[in-house]
Amino acid sequence: MLLFTIATMRLMRRTLDTVRRDSPLIVPVASMALALAVVGASLGAIAVTKGVPLWLVTLMAALVFAGGSELLAVGMATSGAAPFAVVLGGLLLNARHLPYGLALGGMLADSGPGGRLFGSHLLVDEAVAFALAESDPHRRRRAYWAAGLTLYAVWAPSVFLGGLLGDGIGDPRALGLDAALPAGLLALVLPALRDRPTLRAVALGSTVAVVLTPVLEEGLPVLCGLFGMVAALPVTTGRSGERPEAGV
Amino acid sequence: MTLGIVVALAAGTYALRVAGPLSRDRLRLPERWRWSLSVASLVLLGAFVATSALYESGSFAGVARVTGVAVGGVLAWRRAPFVVVVLVAAGVTAGMRAVLSTPGM
Repeated sequence: MLLFTIATMRLMRRTLDTVRRDSPLIVPVASMALALAVVGASLGAIAVTKGVPLWLVTLMAALVFAGGSELLAVGMATSGAAPFAVVLGGLLLNARHLPYGLALGGMLADSGPGGRLFGSHLLVDEAVAFALAESDPHRRRRAYWAAGLTLYAVWAPSVFLGGLLGDGIGDPRALGLDAALPAGLLALVLPALRDRPTLRAVALGSTVAVVLTPVLEEGLPVLCGLFGMVAALPVTTGRSGERPEAGV
Repeated sequence: MTLGIVVALAAGTYALRVAGPLSRDRLRLPERWRWSLSVASLVLLGAFVATSALYESGSFAGVARVTGVAVGGVLAWRRAPFVVVVLVAAGVTAGMRAVLSTPGM
């Protein structure tokens, strides 16, 4: 009996330790998931009101798992665009996943062959942001999987529920959720900007994307933001250690 | 909207995602390149945040959203907890919309 009690207490303590160690992630991931769930529900509602079958939009949520391109596909397809144009538009919007995959490829390769194939499917902006916010490889992998799995588990069901409820769910804009997701991503990106070259690159890239958005096809402006990378190049003038003006 | 569109979009998106992780075996990248790829991802995320804060399918998203994201950004910069950033951003935007849409304001 005593042994059992001790064993139980040990188990409880270990569980508590695990929860405490993971707790910095739980609340941020849960709040991101909640915001994403409402966006998913509104996508489901929009799709069903526009005549897309509920099973099809739910299947799309599970197979594509990239909200922006799903919304674009529903909008374009139901307004009579050619299927080819719909797919191309969606893929253009998702093209940023290629560099994401290159950046986090090493981390995913460490998760074994199955982990790599399934983990790649979880490569959404939010999971990438959670991962890049961590510099330690172990913590980075854990943040990626925690965010990716939670968001994936939430996305398709909330699209399905939103489609079931239809117009009844109301407008997520009234809750300000269209500001919550960018703000959350921004909070995850900000700490990395304390590095000067990164800050310069992100600032220039964002400016380029913002300026080009009114004139280019959706998805292209963000890709053009990669031009900002030139600002991250090492500044060749004034190499530290050989400053002629020092002491003069 | 057809099943064909969904399957093609899903296959193309997955190909874009898996290309990086799959090529990682043959590709041993020097530190400098790995750093550049991380910065490139951050640049894309930053550009995505900026455009989704300012625009809704190509046109201005409205003062309420921009203000909400900006307030959230300031809070994040002051190292406020993540939940606070997200909730305040949503609250400011929702509040501004409620006020701006009230007749007579």
